[in-house]
Amino acid sequence: MSKTDVTRRGVLKTGAIAGAGVALPTIFTASSAAAYTNEPTGASVTLGFNVPQTGPYADEGADELRAYQLAVEHLNGGGDGGMMNTFSSKALKGNGILGKKVEFVTGDTQTKSDAARASAKSMIEKDGAVMITGGSSSGVAIAVQGLCQEAGVIFMAGLTHSNDTTGKDKKANGFRHFFNGYMSGAALAPVLKNLYGTDRNAYHLTADYTWGWTQEESIAAATEALGWNTVNKVRTPLAATDFSSYIAPVLNSGADVLVLNHYGGNMVNSLTNAVQFGLRDKVVNGKNFEIVVPLYSRLMAKGAGANVKGIHGSTNWHWSLQDDASKAFVKSFGTKYGFPPSQAAHTVYCQTLLYADAAERAGTFNPCGIAEALEGYEFEGLGNGPTLYRAEDHQCFKDVLVVRGKENPTSEFDLLEVVEVTPAAQVTYAPDHPMFAGGQLGSCNPGA
Amino acid sequence: MLGLNKKDTTLLLVVMALALFAPFILNPFPEGSSLAQMFNAGYPDLMQRFVIYGILVIGFNILFGLTGYLSFGHAAFLGIGSYSAVWVFKLIGMNVIPAILLSMVMAGIFALLIGYISLRRSGIYFSILTLAFAQMSYNLAYSVLGNPASNYNLTNGETGLQLLLDDPRILGVSSVDGSLPVTSFFGLAMRDSYQLEIGSWLFTFNVGYYLCAIIMLISFYISIRIFRSPFGMMLRAVKSNQQRMNYTGLNTKPYLLAAFVISGIYAGLAGGLLSSMDPLAGAERMHWTASGEIVIMAILGGVGTLIGPILGAGFNEYFKNILSKINDDVLHAWLAFLPDGLENFFVGIMHYFVGKGWHLTLGLLFMLVIIFLPGGLVEGGQRLMKWFSRKDKNATETKTTPAE
Repeated sequence: MSKTDVTRRGVLKTGAIAGAGVALPTIFTASSAAAYTNEPTGASVTLGFNVPQTGPYADEGADELRAYQLAVEHLNGGGDGGMMNTFSSKALKGNGILGKKVEFVTGDTQTKSDAARASAKSMIEKDGAVMITGGSSSGVAIAVQGLCQEAGVIFMAGLTHSNDTTGKDKKANGFRHFFNGYMSGAALAPVLKNLYGTDRNAYHLTADYTWGWTQEESIAAATEALGWNTVNKVRTPLAATDFSSYIAPVLNSGADVLVLNHYGGNMVNSLTNAVQFGLRDKVVNGKNFEIVVPLYSRLMAKGAGANVKGIHGSTNWHWSLQDDASKAFVKSFGTKYGFPPSQAAHTVYCQTLLYADAAERAGTFNPCGIAEALEGYEFEGLGNGPTLYRAEDHQCFKDVLVVRGKENPTSEFDLLEVVEVTPAAQVTYAPDHPMFAGGQLGSCNPGA
Repeated sequence: MLGLNKKDTTLLLVVMALALFAPFILNPFPEGSSLAQMFNAGYPDLMQRFVIYGILVIGFNILFGLTGYLSFGHAAFLGIGSYSAVWVFKLIGMNVIPAILLSMVMAGIFALLIGYISLRRSGIYFSILTLAFAQMSYNLAYSVLGNPASNYNLTNGETGLQLLLDDPRILGVSSVDGSLPVTSFFGLAMRDSYQLEIGSWLFTFNVGYYLCAIIMLISFYISIRIFRSPFGMMLRAVKSNQQRMNYTGLNTKPYLLAAFVISGIYAGLAGGLLSSMDPLAGAERMHWTASGEIVIMAILGGVGTLIGPILGAGFNEYFKNILSKINDDVLHAWLAFLPDGLENFFVGIMHYFVGKGWHLTLGLLFMLVIIFLPGGLVEGGQRLMKWFSRKDKNATETKTTPAE
């Protein structure tokens, strides 16, 4: 520190100059009374892709980011257009959104609510993003959805399977394409009934956070309706990597079905442990011991390797579907990256297209206009058959896939086979269903 | 001025100028340029974080810098402060003052309890005890007290405690036109901003930021006073030789406990401010990595110096937020002037250091600082000063001595 003389006169002088300096440029201030947060005024519009790039769901996040980039390319008229060609709405012309070139910014949620909100905030405040999308964990999705509601931008949820996202934590500015825990239960129950009968004792191992809790509740309710008995529900920490100590008690509990409410790395480890303990070769109560993984993904199946053979679960979408839309998406994704997309990639690609399409149809980027265009919107041609964006809770209703780990995979991607496509009607529930009740959608917030 | 000597007054004025003109200083690039896209940090959220983490580390430095007691669980107080503040917003109203006060009180109470037990040991055992308490708090917040199905849902688990439309807010309103009310300081909404356009530059003056900055300046002033007080002298004596203090018949524990509680209150204040700026409190705020980050910020800036904590906090937050947002497209845009092959080559290398690789870069920067500037960024500043002033042979006089 150099020696400084602070005199009264000096301070006054500097103060006056600084004051004048601050006051002067106000005459140049444009009276930009925007109608809504981050109204795009230039030739481009910015979207914010907020995905986990580090942490337990980094694989899903990386795949989401690939799909986002593909979607942006297609929206701007590049590539082969992917599902834009099969989408039932023809509002998108491949010239960006409303004639504005689509640009994007990315951020790392770290699968932490705080970090995700900080990242989303910087996208909104600094980069001028008019829509935030992404997330690979329900906790993060709910936190960011709340933020977007307050800030007055649209949130298009990515991979979030908890009932709460469109249940008690639903928000008017938030929309979810992915399915949820209740739908998994409703889709799995009939299949489980056919396979394993109505007299079973289930033991739940559950990831200890919002998604695990709501899925456990949903699956337990659906199986108990079949006549199954729930022996025990055990919570495991999200950060756990070794589940041996949780598996051992299962053997002595008298249970004959193990339900793993785990996702990502958790599921890979718990399933591997369960198989190592020989659970699948056990015969309990005169029946073969079975394992069920309600939420399945190809990335998980890949991680768990041979252990997934013959294990049932549900999924939002699978690349082996043979409809035109799925084939078009797999083709353009595969051409660009060299391997098929995961369900996470599919859902975020759809969300981006749906947002862009809603903006085109509404003729504005105003969140209230977009919300109006999406509410009660029926569409098809995005790989899930006819789909409804329900107005009451902003949840998509569409067919749910029940899948099984393939016995004889032909490639490293061909790990799951579709057992049944459960029609949307069977997984639809009332908006005030007890598992979803308690929250309020509120009214759309355009910010500013 | 204000009972400070000349050098400290200058320091306070410098910090004050930095804080008040931060919107200009942090936005050096014109709006819309590709450099602005990445390196401008003058947006409300990040500016708020700079000063809030500044407060946190100033407080941490009172404990670690003066007494040498390394608390590895300071994030717990940050979290407790955050939760307290959100509960005030849920139950009482959206004014930030009661929220901040309660968060300081709660953090103080917890610091008293944890400090009383942990300070029975010193050195590494003290660090481990504080770490254990912080992890305990984290687990309580994450699952035991955070299960929505139980009757003791204090923290809402992994989702984080957030405001709802049907919260009572007895002194405020539950909802405004179907939306949540915003946090405010007697009617001044925290998120209100005034935007100033000068040519192609855009500067944002945010109410919340200035509230935080003023509180940070007050905290900084108090910290200077503590450093220069007889109390601060006692704490320094503890650091240099606690045993000798004990032999001379002084009971050091009350001093240590006082320092621990003060520093806990600072952390609670920071937590309360975080929630006031963005009313959501997540359990990750209490995770041990968050505690580690506080230690890193303190060491980066310069332990035991007055301005070090602010520099360290700013450095860490800046690189965390900026690096994690750079992606390959941005890199391509920067290096577009190079021939294609070379461009792809450099992007391929830099790819590992930005975006998801931000941890790596921050780690490398941390290593560089620790190896070449063991005194932190403050030492870097001093070396520069010395280098410049070597010509006028006044090197000895201009050197500021970091408080040992």
